[in-house]
Amino acid sequence: MIEFEGIGHRYGEHAVLDDVTLRLTEQRVAFVGANGSGKSTLARMINGLVHPTGGRVLVDGVDPARQGRAVRNRVGFVFTNPDSQIVMPTAGEDVAFSLRKKGLSRAERERRASGMLARYGLAGYEEHPAHQLSGGQKQLLALCSMLVLEPDVLVCDEPTTLLDLRNKRRFVELLEQLPQQIVLVTHDLDLLGNFDRVVVLDEGRVAADDLPEPALEHYRKLIS
Amino acid sequence: MTPLGLYQPGTSVLHRAAAGHKFLALLALAVLIFVVHSPVWLGVTALAVTLGYPVARVSPRRCLQLVRLLVPVLGLVFAAQWWLVGFDSAAVVCLRLLVTLGAANLFTLTTRVDDLVTAVERGLRPTRRFGVRPERLGLLVGLTLQAVAALSMIAGQTREAQRARSAERSLPAFAVPFLIRTLRHADELGEALAARGVDDD
Amino acid sequence: MSEARNTSISQSSGRALPAADLARTVVFAAFIAVLGLFPGFYLGGAAVPIVLQNTGPLLAGSILGARRGGAAVLLFLALVALGLPLLSGGRGGLAVFAGPSGGFLIGYVFSAVVVGLIVQRATPRPGLLVLLLANVAGVAVDYLVGIPYWAAFTGDLRVAAIQSLVFVPGDAAKLVLVSLVAAAVHRAVPTVPAASPRTAED
Ligand SMILES: Nc1ncnc2c1ncn2[C@@H]1O[C@H](COP(=O)(O)OP(=O)(O)OP(=O)(O)O)[C@@H](O)[C@H]1O
Ligand SMILES: [Mg+2]
Repeated sequence: MIEFEGIGHRYGEHAVLDDVTLRLTEQRVAFVGANGSGKSTLARMINGLVHPTGGRVLVDGVDPARQGRAVRNRVGFVFTNPDSQIVMPTAGEDVAFSLRKKGLSRAERERRASGMLARYGLAGYEEHPAHQLSGGQKQLLALCSMLVLEPDVLVCDEPTTLLDLRNKRRFVELLEQLPQQIVLVTHDLDLLGNFDRVVVLDEGRVAADDLPEPALEHYRKLIS
Repeated sequence: MTPLGLYQPGTSVLHRAAAGHKFLALLALAVLIFVVHSPVWLGVTALAVTLGYPVARVSPRRCLQLVRLLVPVLGLVFAAQWWLVGFDSAAVVCLRLLVTLGAANLFTLTTRVDDLVTAVERGLRPTRRFGVRPERLGLLVGLTLQAVAALSMIAGQTREAQRARSAERSLPAFAVPFLIRTLRHADELGEALAARGVDDD
Repeated sequence: MSEARNTSISQSSGRALPAADLARTVVFAAFIAVLGLFPGFYLGGAAVPIVLQNTGPLLAGSILGARRGGAAVLLFLALVALGLPLLSGGRGGLAVFAGPSGGFLIGYVFSAVVVGLIVQRATPRPGLLVLLLANVAGVAVDYLVGIPYWAAFTGDLRVAAIQSLVFVPGDAAKLVLVSLVAAAVHRAVPTVPAASPRTAED
C-alpha cells in the first residue's frame, strides 16, 4: 500500500504539489494531468528519488525519505527515456547488473537474465548491443531489468511516450498482467480502460480520483 | 561482453601467458631500459621485443599500422635530440622509446580486456583496506562503454540539429548543446542507477 | 531571494544520491571518449581538423569540479590503458602512456583537479575570467607533469621543455574555447554544482 499524507512540494519558491493525500491500495493505478501538474514529482516520491518538502509518503509503512534503500528494494521504476535507463552494453549484462548484489554466481545471474529476457519477448538478445535495440525493445529491456529484482510495486513514468501505438498497447497490456502493484503516469488516456483507479492532478492538487471513465471525463472537461 | 578493443585474438605463448605475469614483465622491462645506457644492449632488447611480434603472430596489417605510428614519432624525436644534444643520445632515446612502445603495444595486442580487468581487480585487492573497491572496475568499464554508445548517439543528433541551423562551422554551437544534453543524460542515468539500488553499493 | 541557500534547485531535487555522482563521473569519462571518436572539427576554414579530445579534461574540471572531474579523467585513462581504442585516432593500450605524450595524458588528471579546484571557488557560478584563469592553470599543470616525464626519456629537462613548445599555441586556443563553452554551459544549466557543496540530508 502506498500512502501520501498531506504532501506538499516546492522547488525553490515554486510550489508544485499542495496537500495531496492518497491511499493507493488498488493493483493498477494511473496518474494523469497536464504538463507540469506534478505527476512525475509525486511518482518519484514513491521510491525516494524526490523527498517531499511537506507531509510524508509511506510504502507499506516505510518512509522512502528516511529509508530510501529499503524502499527502493521493493519499488521498481521505469522511466520515459529508454536510452538513459540501459546502463550496460548488452541486454544480458544490463539485466544481470540488477542482480549484482544478490550474492548469486555469475552463471546464475546470466541464467536469470536470459529467463527474464525470454519471458518478455527478447529471447536470444543476451549478447545484443543494447543501444541497437528498437525503442520498444529498449523499454522492454528496462522493464526486465526492474522486474528481475522482483519488486512489490512498479512505478512507470510515461514509459510509452516514445513508443509507437502498437508498442504502447503491448507495453500497457504487459503491465496489466504483472502481479506487482502498478502506478502508471501517462498521457495515453485510451490505454487506461482496464485500470482500477485514475488520479487526475491539476496544478499540484488532486482534481479527480475515481474509476477510469468518470475520472478521465473530468480530466477532458478540465482541459477543454 | 567487453569489446575486444585493440586485442588481437590468437593462441601463441604470449596470448596464453597470464595477464598479471605479462604486466609484471613489462614493468621489469621498463625499469631495465632506464638503467641500461649502452646503445648496444638497448639495441639487443629492441630486437628481442621486435621478435615478439612474429612469435605472437601479429598480422602484417597490425605491424604496418604500428610502424606507421612509430616512424614519425621516432623520426621527429631523433632529429630534435640529435640537433639539441648529439647523435649518441638521440640513438639511446629512440631505442628506449622503441622498446617501451613496442613492448607495451605487444602486451595490449595479446591481452584480452576482460582478462586484464580480472587481473587488475585481483591485483588491487589489498587496496580495499583504503576504501578502494577494485572489484567494481568491471562494472565501471561496462557503464562507461554503454555511456559512450549513448553519447555518440546524442552527439550525432546534436550535429544534425546544428546542420539544420546551418551553424556547422561553429564549435561552440556544437559543444554547448552537446554538453547540456550530456549533463541531462547523466542526471537521468543517475536516477536510473538509483532505482536499481546503486546508492547502497 | 531571501532564503537563497535553501532555494537552489540542486538541493531539493537531486539530494546528492551517490548514484548521481557515479553517473556524472561515468558519463563524463564517456564524453571525453566521444570527443576522440568524433571526427575532428574544421574551424574557420582550416585545412586540418583540430582534435578536440584534449579539451575533455579541462571541460570535466570546469563543469564537474575537482573530485568528479578528476575521477572522470582517471576512469577514461583506465579504459584506455586496458586496451580500449578510445584515444583520438583509435589509439589505446599501455603504449600510449609510454610514448612522448604519456606524461601529458597522466597530467590530464591533475589538470582536471586543478581546474575544478579553482572553478569551485567561484560562487554562485564561475564567470569567464575565473574559467580562463582556471584553464590556464590546468594546462600549466599538464605541462608540469608531461615535461619531466618526457625528460625521463631524453635525459634532459631543457630539451624536453623546448620540444614541448610545439603544443603551446594549440593549447592556448583550446583553453580559450573551453572557457567560453564552459561559461555558456554554467549559464544554461544553473544546477551544475561545480561549487555548491550540497547541503547534507536534513
Ligand atoms: N528538478 C526540478 N527543478 C525545478 N523545478 C522542477 C524540477 N522538476 C520539476 N520541476 C517543476 O515542477 C513542476 C511539476 O513537474 P513534474 O515533472 O512533476 O510535472 P509532470 O506532471 O510530470 O509534467 P509532464 O507531463 O510534463 O511530465 C513543473 O512546473 C516543473 O517545471
Ligand atoms: Mg513528468
